[in-house]
Amino acid sequence: MTNIAVTLTVNGVVRRAEVPGRRLLSDCLRHDLGLTGTHVGCEHGVCGCCTVLLDGEPVRSCLTLAATADGHEITTVEGLAGPDGEPSPVQRAFAECHGLQCGFCTPGFLCTVTALLRDNPAPSEEEVLEGLSGNLCRCTGYQNIVRSVRRAAELIAGKGDGGPAGWPSGPVRTSGDTGAEGA
Amino acid sequence: MTTRLFGEPVPRREDPRLLTGRGRYLDDLGAGALEAAFVRSPHARARILDIDVSAAIEVEGLVAIYTWEDLPEEVGAPLPLLIPHPALTRGRTARPLARDVVRHVGEPVVMVVARDRYLAEDACALIRVDYEPAEAVVGVEEATRSARLVHDDVPGNVGAHLVQEVPSAAGLGAREAIDAAPHTLSFRLDIERSASMPLEGRGVYARWDADDRSLRIYSSTQTSTSVRMAVAARLGLPLTKVEVIAPDVGGGFGVKIVHPWPEEVLVPWAAMLLGREVKWTEDRREHFVSSAHERAQVQHVRVGFDDAGRVLGLDVTILHDHGAYTPYGIIVPIITATQLPGPYRLGAYRVEFSSVYTNTVQVTPYRGAGRPQAAFCMERTMDRIAAHLGLDRTAVREANFIQPDEFPYDQGLTFQDGRPLIYDSGDYPESLRMLKELIGWDSFGELRARAAAEGRRLGIGLGCYVEGTGVGPYEGGHVQITSDGRVHVSTGLTSQGQGHETAFAQIAAAELGVPLERVSVVTGDTRRFGYAVGTFASRAAVMSGNAIALACRRVREKALRIAADALEADPGDLEIVDGEVRVAGTPGVAVPLATVAVLANPLRYAFDAETARATQFAGTPSPDRPPVAEGEEPGLEGRDYYSPIRSTFASGMHAAIVETDPLTAEIRVLRYAVVHDCGNLVNPMIVEGQIHGGVAQGVGGALYERMVYDEHGQLLNASFMDFLMPYVTEVPRIETAHLRTPSPLNPLGIKGAGEAGVIPVSAVIASAVEDAEGIRIDRMPISPSELFDLRRAAG
Repeated sequence: MTNIAVTLTVNGVVRRAEVPGRRLLSDCLRHDLGLTGTHVGCEHGVCGCCTVLLDGEPVRSCLTLAATADGHEITTVEGLAGPDGEPSPVQRAFAECHGLQCGFCTPGFLCTVTALLRDNPAPSEEEVLEGLSGNLCRCTGYQNIVRSVRRAAELIAGKGDGGPAGWPSGPVRTSGDTGAEGA
Repeated sequence: MTTRLFGEPVPRREDPRLLTGRGRYLDDLGAGALEAAFVRSPHARARILDIDVSAAIEVEGLVAIYTWEDLPEEVGAPLPLLIPHPALTRGRTARPLARDVVRHVGEPVVMVVARDRYLAEDACALIRVDYEPAEAVVGVEEATRSARLVHDDVPGNVGAHLVQEVPSAAGLGAREAIDAAPHTLSFRLDIERSASMPLEGRGVYARWDADDRSLRIYSSTQTSTSVRMAVAARLGLPLTKVEVIAPDVGGGFGVKIVHPWPEEVLVPWAAMLLGREVKWTEDRREHFVSSAHERAQVQHVRVGFDDAGRVLGLDVTILHDHGAYTPYGIIVPIITATQLPGPYRLGAYRVEFSSVYTNTVQVTPYRGAGRPQAAFCMERTMDRIAAHLGLDRTAVREANFIQPDEFPYDQGLTFQDGRPLIYDSGDYPESLRMLKELIGWDSFGELRARAAAEGRRLGIGLGCYVEGTGVGPYEGGHVQITSDGRVHVSTGLTSQGQGHETAFAQIAAAELGVPLERVSVVTGDTRRFGYAVGTFASRAAVMSGNAIALACRRVREKALRIAADALEADPGDLEIVDGEVRVAGTPGVAVPLATVAVLANPLRYAFDAETARATQFAGTPSPDRPPVAEGEEPGLEGRDYYSPIRSTFASGMHAAIVETDPLTAEIRVLRYAVVHDCGNLVNPMIVEGQIHGGVAQGVGGALYERMVYDEHGQLLNASFMDFLMPYVTEVPRIETAHLRTPSPLNPLGIKGAGEAGVIPVSAVIASAVEDAEGIRIDRMPISPSELFDLRRAAG
């Protein structure tokens, strides 16, 4: 099989690879370029784990051939933090809000949300749900992912200086107590 | 304050690496390893006549092709039956590669190893397997009636049959009690198949070191220690020459507790044979057809009760679909049978199950592990009683609750761990009171009326459960403080996203009085801790949490002993604060734990100024005593185990308000409320996350997820396009409240929380839809078209 030479700008760095025409972008990133932060959950474009930014737009790298990405710019989860390693507002928000558990779907969510908030820094509740509705998570029940998006929007808007809000929790009661306690 | 770490929502220590792409999941490892792919059966029931690999041989990059005939005897033998049980008289397990016969679509037949996965799949596509297909056995009732057999030597397709009976206080059997009751009802319930479906599938990567004659295996598993023992035995290797590591694991939810999977035997075997690293990463279709499913049961219920709705007798007969094999024994139906009574004191109880083989993917535990079926049965029964008597559904439950002063409460059954099922603590009336308050149960009528005035149809429902958590036999913990003051904690069980690195570090930091940042935790790595059972049954926090606490207490005691000597103080006067051993109330008299660690290890050779203090001419030890005192060991470390006499019982109650579309029958969950009791919480943020995730899986099971097999045993929806897992748009906002009834059984007073969220959801949604529609719901999941059909049938 003849290989195709591709040149990708990945996370700001020019990378070259020789790939068979059928090689998926996800496999190229993971196995040819060693950027294993992009995950593959279904290989048919439904779960969104493999989402990366292609010229800034979220795409399913498992449905994209590496050869077709030749000459394009790609951002993966490895490229979301600042040059000094400072986590991006979206990464910080996910940590503050417990927006991940096993972490397998997380890179896809981070890329998706990064693009979402870039295009719409103050999304409505409905826009948040719509923006997240192409990514599956089997661990979190999405509650804290939604909170993470709101928190990231706050951080981007410069409202994050006070540090994270305390963990919101329902009432905690010890059997036999008369009143509620904070968690 | 370090002592406040226990119970605090401290941020997770796993997150920085997982948020930056630095996690290491199975397929992220082994760059350059050979890759395996499998030819799997396209038939549910067939005889293999011939396997022709000649065309595949030509594939460039092909390294090896193996069929069953190529395997040595121990490698090709049937996989272990992990949990034998006297009632499982006809347990059957698969071979790593099929020999002569296949029993479900997806069963592995040929293994191919090639330079990469693309090429391995090319070769698979060129291998011709000649099958003689036969009609499949599909559906649990069909299986019991059919003349066709999944296993030729299992008549009636029944692998196991078990009856447990608890008579009433007056000595009546359940059937007698029901016959004598003022009211009786009998009905049938159905629960569909679903599956764990972690976003990372299974996977295994093996490195054989031919010089050292040792094997390292990485597996996306819920039990690395047990994989190690199983694979060492199969491959004839000394246990000490095998290491198994669970790297970051992208979700488990039960399916990855099964082991050794065919691939966990074959990939290491091939790595040894070829002298090359070999890796296999499961793809999504493989996960659907070759791992495991759960849930499917048919239940026949008969119940007798009095005018207050008190259950005088309950008789349940369960047909449990076990799929083609029983590698995990009959744990799932045993849990259904024994957890069915939930928070209730039943007059008399009889439960009987038959575990039945079908030509479908094997059934092993999925989060909840038989309890969702149990809660569905018990809670549907409670709702039926309420409807029959015209009572409020919560009143019927209250009438049956075990009271707070009745603990420990013996249900008279034998639980999944072979031990008596005795509830240790709980407060069910308070839990229900909190739930009613949270969801607004008593004012729902007004809400419903207002909605009805707008032409909208609302319903409310609830469900209760009790969950046996923290089953034995044991877990262990090892804690070592090194001369740099760092605390290294390890435990053998594995992690799949539960935040163990954080929760266990909180426990260790609180126990030892050290800053959290100094503590690191390793799980699931047999190089660090070789004795463990695994992560399942909501047991990690209970088992390893307590083991680590006990190990820390040993280390603390030793640190105080050594520091007392150094400070010339009484150990009883010492405390550890912020990583320093201090004389309480005497500021300035202190020794850092780092120094204590140095003093704990008498040295001949120094490597820095700190360790020079422990060398033989440093002047401290008395010449009259051996450098390591009798009964002591060098080093500041400790190991301990937690082995409970029996499980601890968490509980919870959920309620939901649903809206059903009068026209389209679409079901929308408007509100979802959870009251949860897992005793003391180590990290409430993590516990809530576990509940959220469980509820979301429960919503999937109640409204969307099912495995659709046709009569030929073909799984028709083996992709994420067709097997519908909830996205963010399908999961309601979840409101939570915690009740805390600490467990008296363990030092930390904790109960498990991992599975809780999923357990009652189908029961809750069924209850709410039934309330909205006035139509009996006895089968889950329920889709809009099914509700539409039910309306037509009722109308």
